[in-house]
Amino acid sequence: MPKYQYILAALLCWGSHAAADTVRVAVASNFAAPMNALAAAYEAQSGHQLLISSASSGKFFAQIRQGAPYHLFFSADQDKPLALEQMQLTASGTRSTYAHGTLALWSRFAAPTATTLQSLAQNPTQKVALANPKFAPYGMAAKQVLQHLGLDHTRAQWVLGENVAQSYQFAYSGNVAFGFVSYSQVKSGNGFYWLPPKDWYTPIRQDVVLLKTAQNNPAARGFLAYIQTPPAREIIQFWGYEVPDN
Amino acid sequence: MPFLTDTDLQTLWLTLQLATTVTLILLIIGTPIAWWLACTRSWLKGPVATIIAMPLVLPPTVLGFYLLLAMGPQGPIGAFTQSLGLGTLPFSFTGLVVASVIYSMPFVVQPLQNTMEAIGRRPIEVAATLGAGPWDRFFSVVLPLARPGFITAAILGFAHTVGEFGVVLMIGGSIPGETRLVSVQIYDHVEALQYPQAHALAAVMIGFAFFTLLALYAFQRRHPGSGYKVGI
Repeated sequence: MPKYQYILAALLCWGSHAAADTVRVAVASNFAAPMNALAAAYEAQSGHQLLISSASSGKFFAQIRQGAPYHLFFSADQDKPLALEQMQLTASGTRSTYAHGTLALWSRFAAPTATTLQSLAQNPTQKVALANPKFAPYGMAAKQVLQHLGLDHTRAQWVLGENVAQSYQFAYSGNVAFGFVSYSQVKSGNGFYWLPPKDWYTPIRQDVVLLKTAQNNPAARGFLAYIQTPPAREIIQFWGYEVPDN
Repeated sequence: MPFLTDTDLQTLWLTLQLATTVTLILLIIGTPIAWWLACTRSWLKGPVATIIAMPLVLPPTVLGFYLLLAMGPQGPIGAFTQSLGLGTLPFSFTGLVVASVIYSMPFVVQPLQNTMEAIGRRPIEVAATLGAGPWDRFFSVVLPLARPGFITAAILGFAHTVGEFGVVLMIGGSIPGETRLVSVQIYDHVEALQYPQAHALAAVMIGFAFFTLLALYAFQRRHPGSGYKVGI
């Protein structure tokens, strides 16, 4: 048997082995860190392997519509999993909320408060960073907080990031004094944060859905069941999210 | 719904303003750099040419991220601009101009340098024997002979700035009328699942790219040796 046939056979074996117990997970960037922790725990417990890709929910949505080979989609919002469900790209009855996000106002140098935000109105050179409210759930929440404080007219001072990670970068680099981020990003890090009251913004509910191509994948279904278990819920809470009532 | 919204048109206009400003600045500062690179025998030639070419290799988001840090209040560029009383550069049109000049520099300097090297020493030496001083030699001999290189450099610098995305995303902040360029607007449309608007704006960009490059190739066919070959 020529050498290349061994190589081919080895590749086929390796490929089929990987496919049997592999779960391909698409996760919104804000939830990437807790996802790694959840994956490690699930892998240790089940022996399955999780391949995690993190990007913005909007990009995953576009890719899944074009047949991207993900099994599970953890979105940063509810709209996109719902839209995929309506396009019949998901396994029926699998859409559920896995976490509630918490908005934080973060500064590297001084503890921010609602009064800090009011300084936007007094000082036109002052800027605040937030994720783009047009598509980022945390950006939408930040906009609602600013509107709640009557700061809608300071829009020219809002620096928009692609997501909360970029909002954090803008504040971290000192280019803005403070930025709206997710609580999970800054909970255990440096700097100072303030959590705006929850009734100032619409709850940030993050939904997960099993994609139709994976409806017969037991490892993927297993992971979906695992994230509802008490240990998994503890991990999610540890990272600064609230979990939905069971 | 109209083909393009007012906001879309605003981003197109802003992009044209940026590309024009950057191209003019690059032609002004790129010319002496290219001339020095074409003439010098200094050991510095290699390192300087390398630094100018670096943006060709670095991922734009990487470049953008470090420009964000460098231009911030704690960064060296930020400290300098603040000491001049200019504040800091990110999230401003000026900041985009500075970043784009760095980012598009190789696309202007390299065609100019190649054209100037192709002219060779001889025409300049002839001009010198006829009594032309160094400035006269440059303006009366080098610049006219390098004209095709200038046109290639201007088109490439302009087109590359229009197509810029990663750097702008990192230091722009998507402020309407100030830093929200076409590329960012298309990206925002896609992220917001507004695909029809993204398609419309992308169609404009495709048309622009096609006709700009077509014009460049037609020009290069008529003027062989204009410095920089892309694609053909």
